[in-house]
Amino acid sequence: MDASTRTPTLSHNPRILAERETKIVAHDVNVYYGEKHAIKDLSIDIPDRAVSAFIGPSGCGKSTFLRSINRMNDTIPSCRVTGDILVDGKNIYDRDLDVVQLRARVGMVFQKPNPFPKSIFENVAYGPRIHGIAKSKADLEEIVVSSLKKASLFDEVKDRLDHSGTSLSGGQQQRLCIARAIAVNPEIILMDEPCSALDPIASARIEELIDEIRQNYCIIIVTHSMQQAARVSQLTAFFHLGDLVEFGDTDEMFTTPKDKRTQDYITGRFG
Amino acid sequence: MSDHTVKSYDDDLASLKQMLAQMGGLAEEQLANAIDAIAKRDTKLADRVIAGDEKIDALEHQIEEKSILTIAKRQPMAQDLRQIIVAIRISADLERIGDLAKNTAKRTHAISEQMPRKLVSGLTRMGNLAQEQLKNILDAYARNDADKAILVWRSDEDIDALYNSIFRELLTYMMEDPRMIGPCTHLLFGTKNMERIGDHTTNIAENIYFLVHGKAITEERPKKDSTSTTNYNLTT
Repeated sequence: MDASTRTPTLSHNPRILAERETKIVAHDVNVYYGEKHAIKDLSIDIPDRAVSAFIGPSGCGKSTFLRSINRMNDTIPSCRVTGDILVDGKNIYDRDLDVVQLRARVGMVFQKPNPFPKSIFENVAYGPRIHGIAKSKADLEEIVVSSLKKASLFDEVKDRLDHSGTSLSGGQQQRLCIARAIAVNPEIILMDEPCSALDPIASARIEELIDEIRQNYCIIIVTHSMQQAARVSQLTAFFHLGDLVEFGDTDEMFTTPKDKRTQDYITGRFG
Repeated sequence: MSDHTVKSYDDDLASLKQMLAQMGGLAEEQLANAIDAIAKRDTKLADRVIAGDEKIDALEHQIEEKSILTIAKRQPMAQDLRQIIVAIRISADLERIGDLAKNTAKRTHAISEQMPRKLVSGLTRMGNLAQEQLKNILDAYARNDADKAILVWRSDEDIDALYNSIFRELLTYMMEDPRMIGPCTHLLFGTKNMERIGDHTTNIAENIYFLVHGKAITEERPKKDSTSTTNYNLTT
């Protein structure tokens, strides 16, 4: 496929991009795993204070791109990233950039809840402590409580903050991971299928939580549930075989997609 | 459009479409018979039309149930969702068309033998036009043909124009001979029914356009029905 057919359909000139400031700009990004070309000439603007959803069949590159945004792919030896990804105008692949600092600004929540095998309190306190965010013990406690509150978990765990994080239910663990991500004051939160291991009620609580916190963060969510993408996001990007096929306002992506591949995918006609 | 990965989803949508085709066929038949009944003052045929309306009503319920079930089961998106929503809407229009045909048939009983035949000719002409429009729009639906739907939508003005002239014609008869007021009023209602059927046909056209393009028709529909605003002075 040549570059011209690879230009994504800017499906409806997304309103959301006009209304919000742009937080992340990707320009001609290519990602390779050894010989495999996982992302091809991807360019996209991602707005601040909104939820952007990445959808597409397995292997389409959506998670790969997500992981490029906080340089998680650095940990994979065969992985090579070219092109520019800018956060607030600063290229995150610059040599002088501190990856640890970047990951404090760009938090991540994974598919399977992965609390540390420590107490609930320590799970949330860990980040602020190593990043030197808390000035005092009282300050740290306040950060933990407010993070747990933002993640709508506090009421359920306030009497057992010393219990192990792993003793919580799956949905609670995931909210604990969100609290942990929030605790270091990130600007961007990346979520890689955050609800796929949860039951519908726990998923609904996460969705509600995303909706509550989206005013303050740039959130990107990778999800296999089209309905979830339609419910929680304002902007949707559809990936296929390493190409960003189409992105636009979520309301329009799910009702009147422009590209036939998008249409086939969201209506369940693929492959 | 290619098939769904889940084959039974295609079956669900196909059966909706098939039920709607059946409903459309019945509505066409009812309309044809109603016009025939009133033109020939065939009360037996009229009774058959009156009894036949039940089948259309039953189909509307079936379509509604199937639609709700399909939405619940499949969480349809984009064109699939429109397909279902549009099926519900079109079935409602067809149901109304059935009612209007039935109402027209009923009037066969009310207009008596002594009424001059020429009085009915206006209603017959309008009925034929409405019938043709209905047939065309059902074809357009069966083929997802938005262009054809637009043509039908635009040509509704022909029905409106004809309605105006029949309206005036019947008024003239009534002014000439007050004994004609009874039957002419029934005929007037009958022609109004045909005009309404034309309106339901344009609704269906709008829905086909929405189904195909995902947006509403933006142009203004030409309207020629001026009877509601015309002042008829009987003393002149």
